[in-house]
Amino acid sequence: MLQDKDRIFTNLYGQHDPFLKAARARGDWDNTAAILARGRDAIIQEMKDSGLRGRGGAGFPTGLKWSFMPKQSDRPCYLVVNADESEPGTCKDRDILRHDPHKLVEGCLVAGFAMGATAAYIYIRGEFYNESVALQHAIDEAYAAGLIGKNACGSGYDYDVFLHRGAGAYICGEETALIESLEGKKGMPRMKPPFPAGVGLYGCPSTVNNVESIAVAPTILRRGASWFTGLGRQNNTGQKLFCISGHVNKPCNVEEELGIPLKELIEKYAGGVRGGWDNLLAIIPGGASVPLIPKSICDDVLMDFDSLRAVRSGLGTAAVIVMDKSTDVIKAIARLSKFYMHESCGQCTPCREGTGWMWRVMTRMVEGRATPDEIDTLEQVTRQVEGHTICALGDAAAWPIQGLIRHFRPVMEARIAAYKTRSRPMPMAAE
Amino acid sequence: MAKVTIDGITVEVANGSTILQAAEQAGIEIPRFCYHERLSIAGNCRMCLVEVEKAPPKPIASCGYPVAEGMVVHTDSKMVRNARRGVMEFLLINHPLDCPICDQGGECDLQDQAMGYGMDHTRYAENKRAVPDKNLGPLVKTSMNRCIHCTRCIRFITEVAGVPDLGATARGEHMEVGTYVEKALGSELSGNIIDICPVGALTSKPYAFVARSWELSKTDSIDVLDATGTNIRIDSRGIEVLRILPRINEDVNEEWLGDKSRFALDGLKRRRLDRPWVRENGKSRAASWDEAFAAIGAKLKPLTGDRIGAIAGDLCDAESILALKDLLASLGSANIDCRQDGAKLDAARRDFYCFNTSIAGIEEADAILIVGANPRKEAPVLNARIRKAWLANGIPIGLIGTETDLTYGVTHLGTQPSVLTDLHAGSHDFAKILANAKKPMIVVGQGALARPDGSAILAAAWRLAAQVGALSHDWHGFNVLHTAAARVGALDLGFVPGPNGKTADAMMGGGVDLLWLLGADEFDPARIAANTFVVYQGHHGDAGAQRADVILPGSAYTEKSGTYVNTEGRAQRGFKAVFPPGDAREDWTILRAFSATIGKTLPYDTIEALRKRMEQINPVFGRIGFLPRFGCSDHTGPAGDPAVLSDAPLTSPVANYYLTDPVSRSSPTMAACVESHATPALAAE
Amino acid sequence: MQATSGSAFEQPASFAFDADSETEIAKIVARYPAGKQASAVIPALYIVQKQMKRQTGSAWVPVKGMDAVGARLGMPPIRVYEVATFYFMFNMKPIGKYHLQVCTTTPCWLRGSDAVTETCRSETGIKDFGETSADGLFTMTEVECLGACVNAPILQVDDDFYEDMDAGKVTGLLAALRRGERPAPGSMSGRQNSAPDGGPTTLNTLQFAPQGTVGG
Repeated sequence: MLQDKDRIFTNLYGQHDPFLKAARARGDWDNTAAILARGRDAIIQEMKDSGLRGRGGAGFPTGLKWSFMPKQSDRPCYLVVNADESEPGTCKDRDILRHDPHKLVEGCLVAGFAMGATAAYIYIRGEFYNESVALQHAIDEAYAAGLIGKNACGSGYDYDVFLHRGAGAYICGEETALIESLEGKKGMPRMKPPFPAGVGLYGCPSTVNNVESIAVAPTILRRGASWFTGLGRQNNTGQKLFCISGHVNKPCNVEEELGIPLKELIEKYAGGVRGGWDNLLAIIPGGASVPLIPKSICDDVLMDFDSLRAVRSGLGTAAVIVMDKSTDVIKAIARLSKFYMHESCGQCTPCREGTGWMWRVMTRMVEGRATPDEIDTLEQVTRQVEGHTICALGDAAAWPIQGLIRHFRPVMEARIAAYKTRSRPMPMAAE
Repeated sequence: MAKVTIDGITVEVANGSTILQAAEQAGIEIPRFCYHERLSIAGNCRMCLVEVEKAPPKPIASCGYPVAEGMVVHTDSKMVRNARRGVMEFLLINHPLDCPICDQGGECDLQDQAMGYGMDHTRYAENKRAVPDKNLGPLVKTSMNRCIHCTRCIRFITEVAGVPDLGATARGEHMEVGTYVEKALGSELSGNIIDICPVGALTSKPYAFVARSWELSKTDSIDVLDATGTNIRIDSRGIEVLRILPRINEDVNEEWLGDKSRFALDGLKRRRLDRPWVRENGKSRAASWDEAFAAIGAKLKPLTGDRIGAIAGDLCDAESILALKDLLASLGSANIDCRQDGAKLDAARRDFYCFNTSIAGIEEADAILIVGANPRKEAPVLNARIRKAWLANGIPIGLIGTETDLTYGVTHLGTQPSVLTDLHAGSHDFAKILANAKKPMIVVGQGALARPDGSAILAAAWRLAAQVGALSHDWHGFNVLHTAAARVGALDLGFVPGPNGKTADAMMGGGVDLLWLLGADEFDPARIAANTFVVYQGHHGDAGAQRADVILPGSAYTEKSGTYVNTEGRAQRGFKAVFPPGDAREDWTILRAFSATIGKTLPYDTIEALRKRMEQINPVFGRIGFLPRFGCSDHTGPAGDPAVLSDAPLTSPVANYYLTDPVSRSSPTMAACVESHATPALAAE
Repeated sequence: MQATSGSAFEQPASFAFDADSETEIAKIVARYPAGKQASAVIPALYIVQKQMKRQTGSAWVPVKGMDAVGARLGMPPIRVYEVATFYFMFNMKPIGKYHLQVCTTTPCWLRGSDAVTETCRSETGIKDFGETSADGLFTMTEVECLGACVNAPILQVDDDFYEDMDAGKVTGLLAALRRGERPAPGSMSGRQNSAPDGGPTTLNTLQFAPQGTVGG
């Protein structure tokens, strides 16, 4: 269990003032120049050694990602921070943005310096208006104090940090869609390759990182990679922000070590499942995109990338959505299908057409207005979307339904049977 | 180079090629909807998925994925087939089953691919999406339920045409292609989106429900409504031309066609001259060919050669022009001219009147100066090539003339010809750009030549070209942009006044007593002296026919086999798609027949014999389709004193793109274009 | 989507940025490299929406406003239309004085967003999402996950999140808005932000140096 002294986000709940003076008292901006003085390679090596995996969902090693940036570039390079937090269940970056903004701004400088960037653009979701005001204030403070801008922290390095607000599009959390949006276009993902490290923002080398990944970097660099690897589990090092929502007694955010048992996380911090652990039906352990897991798996699964992958789900953003036995689990997943349909950019065929199809079938499944073999058809449609799209939104739309069918097929079949006994068969729409 | 193995076939392709391109090289066609080799890569249809060994275990979009050395690709594996079937199913769930009434039927990519990857039933039990149709003006009809969101049309209009009117608004399954705010498409190339639309979402409005594609006879031809020489295919049924489409010719039009050339075809059915007419006592009456010929013969008989003249118009085939020239020569006349607009073209040397850089050569240029032309209106397909060069290389382009949107970045240098003098003197900023360019181009339009100081401007432009290095042993950067399809061919055949011959102007002004107009309509007929006897040979009851004493009904370009030399100097040949209406005949045969009635029988009985004679006069006519490129080592310029420039501003001769010739002036579709958007668009410029 | 077909509302005949808006735009354009001013399209559309709110009381983006953005940023109008219709936060038609945005995505639904929606309906008389109340005060929109899930359910009013809502709290909030009051946003249950009910169970053992004593 993580002790307070090892917690990075010491103002998670906003118990203290978020801004510069207080942030400094909490250790932010403490001799940042010394970190920069270690040089680009040393910083990246330290980050690699820490084993930090990206906190935005995919879990790609952060230090490795930074190392993809060109060592020499005749074009400007950019750090782009993904603050488009929109994955249902996830609200961890919000707390960093409003309560610990200086961790992010300092992280921007350190990370940007390590990758040779000339500026950072922080892309914050449009709905986080008040958070953007707080963050902008922190950026202004940092400029005024000489921490960023010309000769940042007295390091001789010039570095800008800009804030850019989105306007309501989940897809902009996908890194290339985010870049497109930042360039003033629709948030439609680009094909990869080329990857952003080669051709990113404005066609220049760019790295897109999640808020949390960037915000933890200064602390890791101050306390050392070995401190970080001493926490969590092998290949799943360090601590992380967890968001526990849904049917728990005390929903909350909390910072804990990776690898904490799911049950412990919920019982210790979120006051337990409503009606007790035995009242648990299922949990979506990593944000809406990952398949749900039934109680039998929840009983002993650990909260880290590899453990959740082993049970055919994922850590994702570590957003734990708890559903107790009162939940209509088909409806819960159908609502996610609606989400993905609403948020599909419409660019590529399988996602544009498939998300609508899946939602419509799911809507009938909620009523039971379907035939049992349509469950198979639905499953096949998810397979036809998965892996066939430009970005991962197609996969994200497919997985929750696959998880539902995998673990709750009997519930779906029972719903269909119940509908049949209630009513005469409903004629299908004309084909 | 990278070695790639595709379905067991190993090919070597350039680094940076895509898998799809490599497959094409290996002779393997990969199905696609959004990919188009002349547009940017979108990768959105997902039909071109392939399997790549040692890549992540999911199919890859071959249209945008670069090859790598040693890559092994499968385009027909189980994974690939399943992926494509899935994509096809998704494309079809919201696509209407209206193929029987869809104008794309029979030439629809979706229909074709569905044969390979479609299912024989649907698993989609929900309602299909309904999308409101858009009004894009009089040319392009929309049926938006059929749209598969490939965005080809958006990319074409944005990238190639450079008039970004189309976009995809909203998102997800609500995404709609259109203009958002209703408006007619503003591009002169808009019809091309019909061709590149892989489904029946965008079809031809005038052609709607007219025919099924498999009913049509297809004839290769050359467009004559501007001087680009766009290669076309004429689709006809019976005696009617129903559709005109571009043919691919990388050197000329790539695969594009201007809207006028595509859509003015309904003008071919209207205001046609379908029988001879003779004016007697001030009134025209229908006549037989014999009567018409007799009337002309009677008029000719007392005249000496110097009182006889002929003007060739803008749409004529080279064959009839030569026949007319030979006829006049047999009558002892040197009064021939093909410059009805009075353009001061110098026929002394071929490179004085051709677009010498060639159209494809535009892409090599590193600076362009346009003088007295609006290529967008005068030659939209050629203009697209300039835009292509500008997009690819960001070349500087200067314009002397009316400031207007040419669809690329232009530095407006002024409106007066004197700018040429300033450039030559080096006192203008753009002079340095031209001087520093390795392959500069100077493009002189008819707006600069068809004016009293045309010779001076021509000479000044040449002098500047020589000075800035546009004329070198391997680069010819001096270009004349023509608007008349017949003009270069006529110049090549020497259809200009011979020794002591009279110009078109002199002939009109009473210089001759009998004036033979071969399809010449682009001047005010009131300029012709009242007592001049006018023979009009042509296909439309336009300006020339109004003034005629005898009308000889000829053939439009779709109704005869003919040779046309485009602005570059490229001789090309079109074939006869349909018969001319009524008593009308192919033009050279009219001249040949008439010559016999006056005992001056022209020495050719067949078109082959006539063409042999054309080739003797100018070997250009023996090189059909082929254009050798020359540098310029003789810098001696065309006749004209570059010092005597007037102050009159340079303008384009094309006031309205949609109305430039007898065919387009007779076209209801062109009239609709003028009404719907040309006028407000012009007002906005 | 077509701007001019079947619109039940009037598009203004013209739109010009006022002085406030011009100041803001200049500030925003400066954030992006030279020649990349198209990046400012989303902020510029916000500025249009805000100016419409100032001038008409309704925050929305008319076609002329989009044209003004295009002209200001050197973008073809269609590119601006694309962006404005792609992003959900731009209102393409007039809305009420208060924009009630109910998150109904699964985490909020699990904790009672249905009751929030129902109460908004019954209190305002709005039948369906997307409608504006007869008195012009409220427009109710269904929104997707707002990213405050541990404080579900959320009712966003204009830019502010009201969290931990239930039927009674919605009634109270709407009544306050009608009175012209603007209750402080955040959790309506009285807990501290995303901390668990009853106070933080972590971060209670930390002592920080007095503010300002640590060097930078």
